[in-house]
Amino acid sequence: MIITATHYVALSLILFCLGLVGVMVRRNFITVLMSLELMFNAVNLNLIAFSYRLDDLAGQVLAIFVITVAAAEVAIGLGLIIALVRLKDTVALDEADVMRS
Amino acid sequence: MEYLIANFGAILFYLVAVLAVAGAVGVVTLRSPVHAALALLETFIMVAVLFVLRHAEFLAAVQVLVYAGGIMVLYLFVIMLVRVKNLRPEDAFLSGIAPLAVLGGVLLGALLALGILLGTMAAGAGAGALTAVGEETVGNTEAVGWLLYTKYLVPFEVVSVVLLVAMIGAIVFGRRDAALTGSGEGVEL
Repeated sequence: MIITATHYVALSLILFCLGLVGVMVRRNFITVLMSLELMFNAVNLNLIAFSYRLDDLAGQVLAIFVITVAAAEVAIGLGLIIALVRLKDTVALDEADVMRS
Repeated sequence: MEYLIANFGAILFYLVAVLAVAGAVGVVTLRSPVHAALALLETFIMVAVLFVLRHAEFLAAVQVLVYAGGIMVLYLFVIMLVRVKNLRPEDAFLSGIAPLAVLGGVLLGALLALGILLGTMAAGAGAGALTAVGEETVGNTEAVGWLLYTKYLVPFEVVSVVLLVAMIGAIVFGRRDAALTGSGEGVEL
């Protein structure tokens, strides 16, 4: 029994779709950001699997960049949460409708 | 017993994969944000194990340090900081679109799975280049570092600018006298 890149891509697919569903169904802003992290991790898993499959380090370097961008995204996102709580006293996304009115 | 030893890699993969998916399901379904954060932590660590299995030892260390260490602490800090008085645990999901969202996720998954099944991929080609600098065999960390600071130096610098912009943005959002405070009218910077 040999684990190929296909196994990793399949696992990555499951994680990505779970993250996508989480982004869509969650009401809490914080858990939406967590689901987003799940999707980033699925992408990284894909990159690493193909880096091994193709025997090329470029995938690992790209994964480092993805982790960096994810860290930047978390910093901005959590800053947004603090600002939203200050403005509306809530983290529920369906109550953040200032721009609609 | 011999079967276990011969297929150790595969058994480890399936075990870790099941745990990672369980953590991911927990992130999506658990109602308490703290529980969801802990499930996410489990997924992060399992993904780090998978990185080790695919000869990305440096990235596994980065995954544990940055994600499980840094980002998770940041999440828990914000969860504890924010008073979520009007978000009860039973309101964790958007009620209207949840079935549609699950259906959309399943459909996208089926589509991508079809793509995986139609594509043909052979077993791994080995891991020679993942631990090599030129002709020399070194550790994975040294190989990644060598590539990162030679061939990918310009993207590396650009990404550092992204981090700087994120830092400035976080400071702007976090300021007490920022434009987002107030009642929503009279936006000023």
